[in-house]
Amino acid sequence: MHKALVMEVDACTGCHQCELMCSYGKVGAFNPAKSVMDITQYDGGAINVPSTCTQCQEAWCMVVCPVQAITVNPSTGAKEVSAEVCVGCKVCTIACPFGAINYDPDSGVVTKCDLCGGEPMCVEACPTTALAYVAEDSTGYDKMLRSATLAAGLDAPRA
Amino acid sequence: MHYVIAGAGPAAIAAAEHLRELDGDSEVTLIGAQAQPPYSRMALPYFLTGKVSEEGTYLRRSEDHYENHGLKLVHGEVTAVDPISHAVTLIDGQKINYDKLLLATGAEPIIPPVSGMDDPRVQQCWHLEDAQRIIELAKPGARAVQVGAGFIGCIILESWVLREVNLTVVEMGPRMVPRMLGEKAGGLLQSWCESKGVTVHTNTQVKAIESTPDELQVVLESGEICPADVVIVSTGVKPRLHYLEGCDIDVDLGIVVDAHMQTSQPDVYAAGDCAQGLDFSTGETAVHAVQPTATEHGRVAAANMAGANNLPYKGSLNMNILDTLGLVTCSFGAWEGVAGGDSAEMYNPDNHQYVNLQFKDDVLVGANSVGYHEHLGVLRGLIETQIPLGEWKDRLKENPIGLVDAYQGVNQAALQNG
Repeated sequence: MHKALVMEVDACTGCHQCELMCSYGKVGAFNPAKSVMDITQYDGGAINVPSTCTQCQEAWCMVVCPVQAITVNPSTGAKEVSAEVCVGCKVCTIACPFGAINYDPDSGVVTKCDLCGGEPMCVEACPTTALAYVAEDSTGYDKMLRSATLAAGLDAPRA
Repeated sequence: MHYVIAGAGPAAIAAAEHLRELDGDSEVTLIGAQAQPPYSRMALPYFLTGKVSEEGTYLRRSEDHYENHGLKLVHGEVTAVDPISHAVTLIDGQKINYDKLLLATGAEPIIPPVSGMDDPRVQQCWHLEDAQRIIELAKPGARAVQVGAGFIGCIILESWVLREVNLTVVEMGPRMVPRMLGEKAGGLLQSWCESKGVTVHTNTQVKAIESTPDELQVVLESGEICPADVVIVSTGVKPRLHYLEGCDIDVDLGIVVDAHMQTSQPDVYAAGDCAQGLDFSTGETAVHAVQPTATEHGRVAAANMAGANNLPYKGSLNMNILDTLGLVTCSFGAWEGVAGGDSAEMYNPDNHQYVNLQFKDDVLVGANSVGYHEHLGVLRGLIETQIPLGEWKDRLKENPIGLVDAYQGVNQAALQNG
Protein backbone atom coordinates (compact mmCIF):
# COMPACT_ATOMS: atom_id res chain seq x y z
CA MET A 1 0.00 0.00 0.00
CA HIS A 2 1.20 3.50 -0.81
CA LYS A 3 1.69 6.10 1.85
CA ALA A 4 0.18 9.56 1.66
CA LEU A 5 1.27 13.02 2.69
CA VAL A 6 -1.30 14.24 5.18
CA MET A 7 -1.76 17.89 6.07
CA GLU A 8 -3.42 18.95 9.34
CA VAL A 9 -4.43 22.62 9.29
CA ASP A 10 -5.05 22.95 13.04
CA ALA A 11 -1.52 21.84 13.87
CA CYS A 12 0.24 24.19 11.43
CA THR A 13 1.91 27.19 13.07
CA GLY A 14 2.98 28.81 9.80
CA CYS A 15 6.70 28.47 10.52
CA HIS A 16 7.47 27.78 6.80
CA GLN A 17 10.17 25.22 7.67
CA CYS A 18 8.52 22.80 5.23
CA GLU A 19 8.75 25.31 2.36
CA LEU A 20 12.43 25.92 3.06
CA MET A 21 13.29 22.22 3.15
CA CYS A 22 11.14 21.49 0.11
CA SER A 23 12.91 24.10 -1.99
CA TYR A 24 16.27 22.88 -0.69
CA GLY A 25 15.37 19.37 -1.80
CA LYS A 26 14.05 20.52 -5.17
CA VAL A 27 16.57 23.17 -6.26
CA GLY A 28 19.28 23.14 -3.58
CA ALA A 29 18.37 26.56 -2.21
CA PHE A 30 16.32 27.74 0.77
CA ASN A 31 13.80 29.67 -1.30
CA PRO A 32 10.08 29.35 -0.51
CA ALA A 33 9.26 30.57 -4.03
CA LYS A 34 10.70 27.29 -5.34
CA SER A 35 8.81 25.13 -2.85
CA VAL A 36 6.02 22.86 -4.05
CA MET A 37 4.64 22.75 -0.49
CA ASP A 38 2.88 26.02 0.22
CA ILE A 39 1.61 27.57 3.43
CA THR A 40 -1.30 29.95 2.87
CA GLN A 41 -1.71 32.41 5.74
CA TYR A 42 -4.74 34.60 6.26
CA ASP A 43 -6.63 36.43 8.97
CA GLY A 44 -3.38 38.09 9.98
CA GLY A 45 -1.56 34.79 10.30
CA ALA A 46 -4.18 33.27 12.59
CA ILE A 47 -4.88 30.53 10.06
CA ASN A 48 -2.15 28.63 8.25
CA VAL A 49 -3.09 26.11 5.58
CA PRO A 50 -0.39 23.78 4.27
CA SER A 51 -1.12 22.48 0.79
CA THR A 52 0.51 20.54 -1.97
CA CYS A 53 -0.43 17.91 -4.54
CA THR A 54 -2.60 15.12 -3.11
CA GLN A 55 -1.46 12.69 -5.86
CA CYS A 56 -5.04 12.14 -7.02
CA GLN A 57 -5.79 8.77 -8.55
CA GLU A 58 -6.57 9.81 -12.13
CA ALA A 59 -4.74 13.08 -12.00
CA TRP A 60 -6.04 15.92 -14.17
CA CYS A 61 -2.48 17.08 -14.84
CA MET A 62 -1.43 13.64 -16.02
CA VAL A 63 -4.49 13.07 -18.21
CA VAL A 64 -4.27 16.46 -19.90
CA CYS A 65 -0.51 16.50 -20.58
CA PRO A 66 -0.04 16.45 -24.37
CA VAL A 67 3.38 14.76 -24.29
CA GLN A 68 3.12 12.24 -21.42
CA ALA A 69 5.55 14.17 -19.26
CA ILE A 70 3.70 13.18 -16.08
CA THR A 71 3.85 9.54 -15.03
CA VAL A 72 3.17 7.49 -11.92
CA ASN A 73 6.11 6.36 -9.79
CA PRO A 74 5.07 2.77 -9.05
CA SER A 75 6.84 2.60 -5.69
CA THR A 76 5.28 5.74 -4.17
CA GLY A 77 2.22 6.36 -6.36
CA ALA A 78 3.43 9.93 -6.89
CA LYS A 79 2.69 11.65 -10.18
CA GLU A 80 6.10 12.83 -11.31
CA VAL A 81 7.06 15.39 -13.96
CA SER A 82 9.90 14.55 -16.31
CA ALA A 83 11.79 17.79 -16.86
CA GLU A 84 13.27 16.30 -20.04
CA VAL A 85 9.87 15.57 -21.57
CA CYS A 86 7.83 18.59 -20.36
CA VAL A 87 7.64 21.24 -23.11
CA GLY A 88 6.39 23.94 -20.73
CA CYS A 89 2.95 24.38 -22.34
CA LYS A 90 1.36 24.93 -18.87
CA VAL A 91 -1.96 23.30 -19.73
CA CYS A 92 -1.66 21.14 -16.58
CA THR A 93 -1.38 24.31 -14.46
CA ILE A 94 -4.91 25.35 -15.42
CA ALA A 95 -6.32 21.82 -15.48
CA CYS A 96 -5.38 21.02 -11.86
CA PRO A 97 -8.29 22.37 -9.76
CA PHE A 98 -6.04 22.53 -6.68
CA GLY A 99 -3.44 24.82 -8.26
CA ALA A 100 -0.87 22.23 -7.16
CA ILE A 101 1.23 22.07 -10.33
CA ASN A 102 3.00 25.23 -11.38
CA TYR A 103 5.27 26.61 -14.05
CA ASP A 104 8.82 27.58 -13.15
CA PRO A 105 10.08 30.21 -15.61
CA ASP A 106 13.71 29.58 -14.58
CA SER A 107 13.67 25.95 -15.69
CA GLY A 108 10.96 26.32 -18.37
CA VAL A 109 9.04 23.30 -17.06
CA VAL A 110 6.32 22.63 -14.50
CA THR A 111 6.99 21.44 -10.95
CA LYS A 112 4.90 19.56 -8.43
CA CYS A 113 5.27 17.39 -5.32
CA ASP A 114 6.87 14.01 -6.03
CA LEU A 115 6.91 12.87 -2.37
CA CYS A 116 10.74 13.09 -2.56
CA GLY A 117 10.82 9.49 -3.74
CA GLY A 118 9.14 8.28 -0.53
CA GLU A 119 10.94 10.38 2.09
CA PRO A 120 9.21 13.77 1.98
CA MET A 121 11.56 16.44 3.31
CA CYS A 122 8.68 18.71 4.35
CA VAL A 123 7.48 16.07 6.81
CA GLU A 124 10.97 15.76 8.26
CA ALA A 125 11.13 19.54 8.65
CA CYS A 126 7.72 19.97 10.28
CA PRO A 127 8.15 20.60 14.04
CA THR A 128 4.49 19.81 14.80
CA THR A 129 2.10 17.13 13.56
CA ALA A 130 0.83 19.32 10.73
CA LEU A 131 2.57 17.17 8.13
CA ALA A 132 2.79 13.40 8.27
CA TYR A 133 3.52 10.61 5.82
CA VAL A 134 1.17 7.79 6.68
CA ALA A 135 -0.51 4.68 5.28
CA GLU A 136 -3.43 5.47 2.98
CA ASP A 137 -5.94 3.73 5.28
CA SER A 138 -5.23 5.97 8.28
CA THR A 139 -7.86 8.37 9.62
CA GLY A 140 -5.72 11.39 8.81
CA TYR A 141 -5.72 10.42 5.17
CA ASP A 142 -9.51 10.07 5.13
CA LYS A 143 -9.89 13.51 6.56
CA MET A 144 -7.55 15.06 4.03
CA LEU A 145 -9.29 13.28 1.20
CA ARG A 146 -12.58 14.81 2.32
CA SER A 147 -10.93 18.20 2.25
CA ALA A 148 -9.47 17.58 -1.19
CA THR A 149 -12.81 16.35 -2.51
CA LEU A 150 -14.58 19.42 -1.22
CA ALA A 151 -11.98 21.60 -2.82
CA ALA A 152 -12.36 19.95 -6.17
CA GLY A 153 -16.06 19.16 -5.94
CA LEU A 154 -15.19 15.97 -7.77
CA ASP A 155 -13.16 12.95 -6.84
CA ALA A 156 -11.34 12.37 -10.08
CA PRO A 157 -11.34 13.64 -13.64
CA ARG A 158 -14.85 12.92 -14.79
CA ALA A 159 -15.12 9.43 -16.23
CA MET B 1 -16.56 -5.47 -29.48
CA HIS B 2 -14.70 -3.40 -32.08
CA TYR B 3 -14.23 0.27 -31.26
CA VAL B 4 -13.05 2.41 -34.17
CA ILE B 5 -11.70 5.91 -33.61
CA ALA B 6 -11.40 8.29 -36.55
CA GLY B 7 -8.44 10.45 -35.55
CA ALA B 8 -5.20 10.09 -33.60
CA GLY B 9 -4.95 13.34 -31.66
CA PRO B 10 -5.31 13.94 -27.90
CA ALA B 11 -9.07 13.19 -27.76
CA ALA B 12 -8.59 10.01 -29.79
CA ILE B 13 -5.68 8.72 -27.69
CA ALA B 14 -7.40 9.60 -24.38
CA ALA B 15 -10.47 7.68 -25.56
CA ALA B 16 -8.50 4.70 -26.86
CA GLU B 17 -6.55 4.27 -23.63
CA HIS B 18 -9.68 4.63 -21.51
CA LEU B 19 -11.54 2.10 -23.68
CA ARG B 20 -8.66 -0.29 -23.14
CA GLU B 21 -8.90 0.22 -19.34
CA LEU B 22 -12.68 -0.25 -19.29
CA ASP B 23 -13.07 -3.06 -21.82
CA GLY B 24 -9.91 -5.15 -21.79
CA ASP B 25 -11.01 -7.74 -24.34
CA SER B 26 -12.18 -5.32 -26.99
CA GLU B 27 -10.53 -4.45 -30.27
CA VAL B 28 -9.54 -0.76 -30.58
CA THR B 29 -8.53 0.72 -33.95
CA LEU B 30 -7.31 4.31 -34.41
CA ILE B 31 -7.29 5.82 -37.90
CA GLY B 32 -4.80 8.71 -38.20
CA ALA B 33 -4.23 10.82 -41.28
CA GLN B 34 -0.71 11.99 -40.37
CA ALA B 35 2.39 10.09 -41.43
CA GLN B 36 4.11 10.43 -38.04
CA PRO B 37 3.26 8.63 -34.80
CA PRO B 38 0.42 10.50 -33.03
CA TYR B 39 1.75 13.91 -32.04
CA SER B 40 0.58 16.98 -30.19
CA ARG B 41 -0.10 20.22 -32.02
CA MET B 42 0.31 21.92 -28.65
CA ALA B 43 3.96 20.90 -28.66
CA LEU B 44 4.69 22.30 -32.15
CA PRO B 45 5.57 25.80 -30.88
CA TYR B 46 8.28 24.21 -28.73
CA PHE B 47 9.53 22.25 -31.73
CA LEU B 48 9.69 25.59 -33.59
CA THR B 49 11.80 27.18 -30.85
CA GLY B 50 14.08 24.14 -30.78
CA LYS B 51 13.18 23.25 -27.19
CA VAL B 52 12.16 19.74 -28.24
CA SER B 53 12.93 17.46 -31.18
CA GLU B 54 10.24 16.04 -33.46
CA GLU B 55 10.01 13.02 -31.14
CA GLY B 56 9.39 15.45 -28.28
CA THR B 57 6.04 16.37 -29.85
CA TYR B 58 4.74 12.78 -29.81
CA LEU B 59 1.74 12.13 -27.59
CA ARG B 60 3.30 9.00 -26.10
CA ARG B 61 6.93 8.34 -25.32
CA SER B 62 7.68 4.82 -26.43
CA GLU B 63 7.44 3.56 -29.99
CA ASP B 64 5.62 0.40 -28.94
CA HIS B 65 3.18 2.17 -26.60
CA TYR B 66 0.17 1.51 -28.83
CA GLU B 67 1.09 -2.08 -29.52
CA ASN B 68 1.70 -2.70 -25.81
CA HIS B 69 -1.76 -1.37 -25.01
CA GLY B 70 -3.39 -3.41 -27.73
CA LEU B 71 -4.29 -0.33 -29.77
CA LYS B 72 -4.15 -0.76 -33.53
CA LEU B 73 -2.95 2.29 -35.48
CA VAL B 74 -4.10 2.53 -39.10
CA HIS B 75 -2.61 5.23 -41.34
CA GLY B 76 -5.36 6.64 -43.48
CA GLU B 77 -8.03 9.26 -43.83
CA VAL B 78 -11.71 8.60 -43.25
CA THR B 79 -13.71 9.86 -46.25
CA ALA B 80 -17.17 8.54 -45.41
CA VAL B 81 -19.21 7.19 -42.50
CA ASP B 82 -22.17 4.86 -42.93
CA PRO B 83 -24.06 4.62 -39.64
CA ILE B 84 -26.54 2.12 -41.08
CA SER B 85 -24.03 -0.55 -42.08
CA HIS B 86 -21.66 0.49 -39.22
CA ALA B 87 -18.66 1.08 -41.48
CA VAL B 88 -16.20 3.84 -42.35
CA THR B 89 -14.48 4.21 -45.73
CA LEU B 90 -10.87 5.32 -46.04
CA ILE B 91 -9.34 7.39 -48.83
CA ASP B 92 -7.82 4.25 -50.41
CA GLY B 93 -11.27 2.62 -50.62
CA GLN B 94 -10.71 0.32 -47.64
CA LYS B 95 -13.80 -0.24 -45.47
CA ILE B 96 -13.54 -0.78 -41.72
CA ASN B 97 -16.54 -2.09 -39.79
CA TYR B 98 -17.23 -0.90 -36.27
CA ASP B 99 -19.52 -1.76 -33.38
CA LYS B 100 -19.01 1.71 -31.90
CA LEU B 101 -17.38 4.63 -33.63
CA LEU B 102 -15.74 7.75 -32.20
CA LEU B 103 -15.27 10.75 -34.48
CA ALA B 104 -12.20 12.61 -33.21
CA THR B 105 -11.02 14.14 -36.44
CA GLY B 106 -9.95 17.42 -34.85
CA ALA B 107 -9.77 20.77 -36.51
CA GLU B 108 -8.17 22.31 -39.57
CA PRO B 109 -6.92 25.82 -40.24
CA ILE B 110 -9.24 28.41 -41.75
CA ILE B 111 -7.72 29.82 -44.93
CA PRO B 112 -8.73 33.46 -45.40
CA PRO B 113 -10.35 34.12 -48.79
CA VAL B 114 -7.68 36.47 -50.13
CA SER B 115 -5.56 36.24 -53.24
CA GLY B 116 -1.95 35.08 -53.08
CA MET B 117 -2.46 32.42 -50.41
CA ASP B 118 -1.01 29.76 -52.74
CA ASP B 119 2.49 31.28 -52.89
CA PRO B 120 5.01 28.82 -51.40
CA ARG B 121 6.28 31.59 -49.12
CA VAL B 122 2.86 31.70 -47.46
CA GLN B 123 2.74 29.06 -44.75
CA GLN B 124 0.23 27.61 -42.31
CA CYS B 125 1.35 26.34 -38.93
CA TRP B 126 -0.74 23.23 -38.33
CA HIS B 127 1.06 20.02 -39.23
CA LEU B 128 4.54 18.93 -38.20
CA GLU B 129 5.61 19.43 -41.83
CA ASP B 130 4.44 23.07 -41.65
CA ALA B 131 6.64 23.61 -38.61
CA GLN B 132 9.61 22.09 -40.45
CA ARG B 133 8.98 24.40 -43.42
CA ILE B 134 8.72 27.44 -41.15
CA ILE B 135 12.09 26.61 -39.60
CA GLU B 136 13.58 26.70 -43.13
CA LEU B 137 11.89 30.00 -44.01
CA ALA B 138 12.56 31.85 -40.75
CA LYS B 139 16.11 33.03 -41.40
CA PRO B 140 17.62 35.70 -39.14
CA GLY B 141 16.80 39.15 -40.53
CA ALA B 142 13.92 37.85 -42.66
CA ARG B 143 10.75 39.94 -42.72
CA ALA B 144 7.74 37.96 -41.58
CA VAL B 145 4.10 38.93 -41.50
CA GLN B 146 1.89 36.81 -39.30
CA VAL B 147 -1.77 36.99 -40.21
CA GLY B 148 -3.85 36.37 -37.11
CA ALA B 149 -3.11 36.82 -33.40
CA GLY B 150 -5.25 34.06 -31.93
CA PHE B 151 -4.20 31.19 -29.66
CA ILE B 152 -1.80 29.60 -32.11
CA GLY B 153 -0.45 32.89 -33.41
CA CYS B 154 0.40 34.16 -29.96
CA ILE B 155 2.27 31.01 -28.97
CA ILE B 156 4.33 30.75 -32.17
CA LEU B 157 5.28 34.44 -32.00
CA GLU B 158 8.17 33.46 -29.76
CA SER B 159 9.79 31.22 -32.34
CA TRP B 160 9.95 34.10 -34.83
CA VAL B 161 11.50 36.45 -32.31
CA LEU B 162 14.02 33.83 -31.16
CA ARG B 163 14.98 33.31 -34.80
CA GLU B 164 15.66 37.05 -35.08
CA VAL B 165 12.98 37.54 -37.70
CA ASN B 166 11.48 41.03 -38.08
CA LEU B 167 7.88 40.32 -37.25
CA THR B 168 4.66 42.16 -38.04
CA VAL B 169 1.37 40.76 -36.72
CA VAL B 170 -1.97 41.59 -38.35
CA GLU B 171 -5.15 40.82 -36.40
CA MET B 172 -8.63 41.58 -37.74
CA GLY B 173 -10.15 41.64 -34.25
CA PRO B 174 -10.08 44.71 -32.01
CA ARG B 175 -7.19 43.27 -29.93
CA MET B 176 -4.86 40.29 -29.67
CA VAL B 177 -6.58 36.95 -28.82
CA PRO B 178 -10.02 38.61 -28.81
CA ARG B 179 -11.79 35.31 -28.12
CA MET B 180 -9.83 34.75 -24.92
CA LEU B 181 -8.84 38.14 -23.51
CA GLY B 182 -10.80 41.29 -22.71
CA GLU B 183 -9.77 44.78 -23.77
CA LYS B 184 -7.29 45.54 -20.99
CA ALA B 185 -5.70 42.08 -21.04
CA GLY B 186 -5.40 42.11 -24.84
CA GLY B 187 -3.95 45.63 -24.68
CA LEU B 188 -1.28 44.56 -22.19
CA LEU B 189 -0.34 41.63 -24.41
CA GLN B 190 -0.02 43.97 -27.39
CA SER B 191 2.18 46.48 -25.56
CA TRP B 192 4.31 43.57 -24.27
CA CYS B 193 4.84 42.29 -27.82
CA GLU B 194 5.63 45.79 -29.05
CA SER B 195 8.19 46.20 -26.26
CA LYS B 196 9.90 43.07 -27.64
CA GLY B 197 10.18 44.61 -31.11
CA VAL B 198 7.07 43.12 -32.74
CA THR B 199 4.88 45.41 -34.85
CA VAL B 200 1.19 44.77 -34.13
CA HIS B 201 -1.76 45.93 -36.26
CA THR B 202 -5.22 45.24 -34.87
CA ASN B 203 -8.65 46.02 -36.36
CA THR B 204 -7.44 45.46 -39.87
CA GLN B 205 -7.73 42.64 -42.38
CA VAL B 206 -5.41 41.47 -45.09
CA LYS B 207 -6.89 42.38 -48.49
CA ALA B 208 -4.40 40.56 -50.71
CA ILE B 209 -0.95 39.02 -50.78
CA GLU B 210 0.94 40.11 -53.89
CA SER B 211 3.90 38.09 -55.07
CA THR B 212 7.03 39.38 -56.74
CA PRO B 213 10.14 37.24 -57.27
CA ASP B 214 11.96 39.16 -54.50
CA GLU B 215 9.28 39.56 -51.90
CA LEU B 216 5.66 39.29 -50.87
CA GLN B 217 3.55 42.37 -50.31
CA VAL B 218 0.83 42.03 -47.74
CA VAL B 219 -1.84 44.60 -48.56
CA LEU B 220 -3.95 45.63 -45.58
CA GLU B 221 -7.50 46.93 -45.72
CA SER B 222 -6.18 50.20 -44.30
CA GLY B 223 -4.12 50.58 -47.48
CA GLU B 224 -0.82 49.95 -45.76
CA ILE B 225 1.54 47.52 -47.49
CA CYS B 226 3.82 45.27 -45.40
CA PRO B 227 6.73 43.81 -47.40
CA ALA B 228 7.61 40.27 -46.35
CA ASP B 229 9.93 37.37 -47.13
CA VAL B 230 7.51 34.96 -45.49
CA VAL B 231 3.88 35.10 -44.44
CA ILE B 232 2.47 32.84 -41.77
CA VAL B 233 -1.27 32.35 -41.63
CA SER B 234 -2.84 31.58 -38.26
CA THR B 235 -6.37 32.86 -38.62
CA GLY B 236 -8.09 30.25 -36.51
CA VAL B 237 -9.35 26.74 -36.93
CA LYS B 238 -12.64 25.01 -37.65
CA PRO B 239 -13.82 21.44 -37.05
CA ARG B 240 -12.69 18.98 -39.73
CA LEU B 241 -15.97 17.57 -41.02
CA HIS B 242 -15.89 17.26 -44.82
CA TYR B 243 -16.18 13.44 -44.65
CA LEU B 244 -19.66 13.81 -43.10
CA GLU B 245 -21.16 15.38 -46.22
CA GLY B 246 -24.25 13.42 -47.21
CA CYS B 247 -24.16 11.50 -43.95
CA ASP B 248 -27.14 11.73 -41.61
CA ILE B 249 -25.22 13.02 -38.57
CA ASP B 250 -26.26 16.40 -37.12
CA VAL B 251 -23.67 19.11 -37.61
CA ASP B 252 -23.93 22.71 -36.42
CA LEU B 253 -20.64 24.52 -35.65
CA GLY B 254 -19.20 21.07 -35.00
CA ILE B 255 -20.62 17.58 -34.63
CA VAL B 256 -23.51 17.96 -32.20
CA VAL B 257 -23.27 15.56 -29.24
CA ASP B 258 -25.51 14.92 -26.24
CA ALA B 259 -24.47 14.62 -22.60
CA HIS B 260 -23.07 11.15 -23.38
CA MET B 261 -20.98 12.47 -26.28
CA GLN B 262 -23.21 10.56 -28.67
CA THR B 263 -24.07 12.08 -32.05
CA SER B 264 -27.54 12.02 -33.60
CA GLN B 265 -26.78 8.44 -34.71
CA PRO B 266 -26.64 5.52 -32.27
CA ASP B 267 -23.20 3.95 -31.78
CA VAL B 268 -21.51 7.04 -33.22
CA TYR B 269 -19.82 9.40 -30.75
CA ALA B 270 -17.69 12.51 -31.22
CA ALA B 271 -14.97 14.14 -29.11
CA GLY B 272 -12.39 16.91 -29.17
CA ASP B 273 -11.97 19.81 -31.58
CA CYS B 274 -14.54 18.45 -34.07
CA ALA B 275 -17.26 18.08 -31.43
CA GLN B 276 -19.82 20.59 -30.24
CA GLY B 277 -20.32 19.43 -26.67
CA LEU B 278 -21.84 20.78 -23.50
CA ASP B 279 -20.28 23.93 -22.09
CA PHE B 280 -20.12 24.08 -18.30
CA SER B 281 -20.56 27.87 -18.13
CA THR B 282 -23.53 28.33 -20.44
CA GLY B 283 -25.32 24.97 -20.36
CA GLU B 284 -25.39 25.29 -24.16
CA THR B 285 -23.15 23.42 -26.58
CA ALA B 286 -19.92 24.86 -27.97
CA VAL B 287 -16.76 23.97 -29.86
CA HIS B 288 -13.90 24.77 -27.48
CA ALA B 289 -11.00 23.33 -29.45
CA VAL B 290 -8.70 23.24 -26.41
CA GLN B 291 -6.68 20.39 -24.93
CA PRO B 292 -8.47 20.04 -21.55
CA THR B 293 -11.85 19.77 -23.29
CA ALA B 294 -10.45 17.32 -25.85
CA THR B 295 -9.06 14.91 -23.25
CA GLU B 296 -12.22 15.12 -21.12
CA HIS B 297 -14.38 14.52 -24.19
CA GLY B 298 -12.25 11.51 -25.08
CA ARG B 299 -12.55 9.95 -21.64
CA VAL B 300 -16.27 10.65 -21.26
CA ALA B 301 -17.02 9.32 -24.75
CA ALA B 302 -15.01 6.17 -24.01
CA ALA B 303 -16.85 5.61 -20.73
CA ASN B 304 -20.22 5.89 -22.48
CA MET B 305 -19.14 3.74 -25.42
CA ALA B 306 -17.98 0.98 -23.08
CA GLY B 307 -20.70 1.46 -20.47
CA ALA B 308 -23.95 1.80 -22.42
CA ASN B 309 -24.38 5.56 -21.98
CA ASN B 310 -24.27 5.52 -18.19
CA LEU B 311 -22.06 8.57 -17.63
CA PRO B 312 -23.74 11.90 -18.38
CA TYR B 313 -21.29 14.78 -18.72
CA LYS B 314 -21.86 18.09 -16.99
CA GLY B 315 -19.91 19.93 -19.66
CA SER B 316 -16.39 21.28 -20.03
CA LEU B 317 -15.10 24.51 -18.62
CA ASN B 318 -13.45 26.49 -21.38
CA MET B 319 -9.93 27.43 -20.36
CA ASN B 320 -6.80 28.67 -22.03
CA ILE B 321 -3.27 29.57 -21.12
CA LEU B 322 -0.76 31.26 -23.41
CA ASP B 323 2.86 32.18 -22.97
CA THR B 324 3.72 34.92 -25.43
CA LEU B 325 7.40 35.90 -25.28
CA GLY B 326 7.35 35.21 -21.54
CA LEU B 327 4.07 36.93 -20.69
CA VAL B 328 1.55 34.39 -19.39
CA THR B 329 -2.13 35.10 -20.05
CA CYS B 330 -5.03 32.89 -19.13
CA SER B 331 -8.80 32.72 -19.29
CA PHE B 332 -11.46 30.59 -17.64
CA GLY B 333 -15.17 30.14 -18.20
CA ALA B 334 -17.39 33.20 -18.48
CA TRP B 335 -14.49 35.69 -18.50
CA GLU B 336 -16.68 38.24 -20.28
CA GLY B 337 -19.12 38.16 -17.37
CA VAL B 338 -22.75 37.10 -17.04
CA ALA B 339 -26.01 39.05 -16.98
CA GLY B 340 -26.62 40.56 -13.56
CA GLY B 341 -23.11 39.55 -12.47
CA ASP B 342 -20.43 41.37 -10.57
CA SER B 343 -16.69 41.72 -11.06
CA ALA B 344 -13.37 42.51 -9.43
CA GLU B 345 -10.36 43.93 -11.24
CA MET B 346 -6.69 44.72 -10.67
CA TYR B 347 -4.85 46.53 -13.48
CA ASN B 348 -1.15 47.28 -13.27
CA PRO B 349 -0.01 48.23 -16.78
CA ASP B 350 3.50 49.20 -15.66
CA ASN B 351 4.17 45.58 -14.68
CA HIS B 352 1.99 44.04 -17.38
CA GLN B 353 -0.20 42.51 -14.69
CA TYR B 354 -3.95 42.18 -14.69
CA VAL B 355 -6.60 40.11 -12.96
CA ASN B 356 -10.30 40.22 -13.76
CA LEU B 357 -12.73 38.05 -11.84
CA GLN B 358 -16.37 37.58 -12.80
CA PHE B 359 -19.01 36.55 -10.27
CA LYS B 360 -22.62 35.49 -10.31
CA ASP B 361 -23.91 36.29 -6.82
CA ASP B 362 -21.03 35.02 -4.65
CA VAL B 363 -19.82 32.31 -7.04
CA LEU B 364 -16.82 32.78 -9.32
CA VAL B 365 -17.83 32.10 -12.94
CA GLY B 366 -14.92 33.36 -15.04
CA ALA B 367 -11.50 35.01 -15.03
CA ASN B 368 -8.78 36.62 -17.12
CA SER B 369 -5.24 37.08 -15.91
CA VAL B 370 -2.07 38.57 -17.34
CA GLY B 371 1.41 38.30 -15.88
CA TYR B 372 0.74 35.57 -13.30
CA HIS B 373 1.67 31.93 -13.51
CA GLU B 374 1.31 30.56 -9.97
CA HIS B 375 -1.61 28.51 -8.64
CA LEU B 376 -3.83 29.41 -11.61
CA GLY B 377 -5.56 26.04 -11.23
CA VAL B 378 -7.43 27.30 -8.15
CA LEU B 379 -9.49 29.39 -10.57
CA ARG B 380 -10.76 26.17 -12.11
CA GLY B 381 -11.40 24.72 -8.65
CA LEU B 382 -13.44 27.74 -7.54
CA ILE B 383 -15.41 27.98 -10.79
CA GLU B 384 -16.16 24.31 -11.29
CA THR B 385 -17.18 23.54 -7.71
CA GLN B 386 -19.44 26.63 -7.73
CA ILE B 387 -18.51 26.94 -4.07
CA PRO B 388 -20.11 30.03 -2.47
CA LEU B 389 -17.39 32.56 -1.65
CA GLY B 390 -19.31 34.23 1.20
CA GLU B 391 -17.15 36.91 2.87
CA TRP B 392 -14.26 35.99 0.57
CA LYS B 393 -16.02 37.67 -2.34
CA ASP B 394 -15.63 41.07 -0.64
CA ARG B 395 -12.01 40.31 0.13
CA LEU B 396 -11.44 39.42 -3.54
CA LYS B 397 -13.11 42.65 -4.63
CA GLU B 398 -10.60 44.52 -2.47
CA ASN B 399 -7.67 42.38 -3.53
CA PRO B 400 -8.32 40.25 -6.65
CA ILE B 401 -4.87 38.68 -6.53
CA GLY B 402 -5.59 37.05 -3.15
CA LEU B 403 -7.04 34.04 -4.94
CA VAL B 404 -5.14 31.32 -3.13
CA ASP B 405 -6.18 32.79 0.24
CA ALA B 406 -9.80 32.79 -0.94
CA TYR B 407 -9.54 29.25 -2.26
CA GLN B 408 -8.10 27.91 1.00
CA GLY B 409 -10.40 30.12 3.07
CA VAL B 410 -13.66 28.94 1.51
CA ASN B 411 -12.56 25.32 1.64
CA GLN B 412 -11.57 25.54 5.29
CA ALA B 413 -14.88 27.24 6.08
CA ALA B 414 -16.77 24.51 4.20
CA LEU B 415 -14.88 21.83 6.12
CA GLN B 416 -15.64 23.45 9.50
CA ASN B 417 -19.32 23.68 8.62
CA GLY B 418 -19.50 20.28 6.96
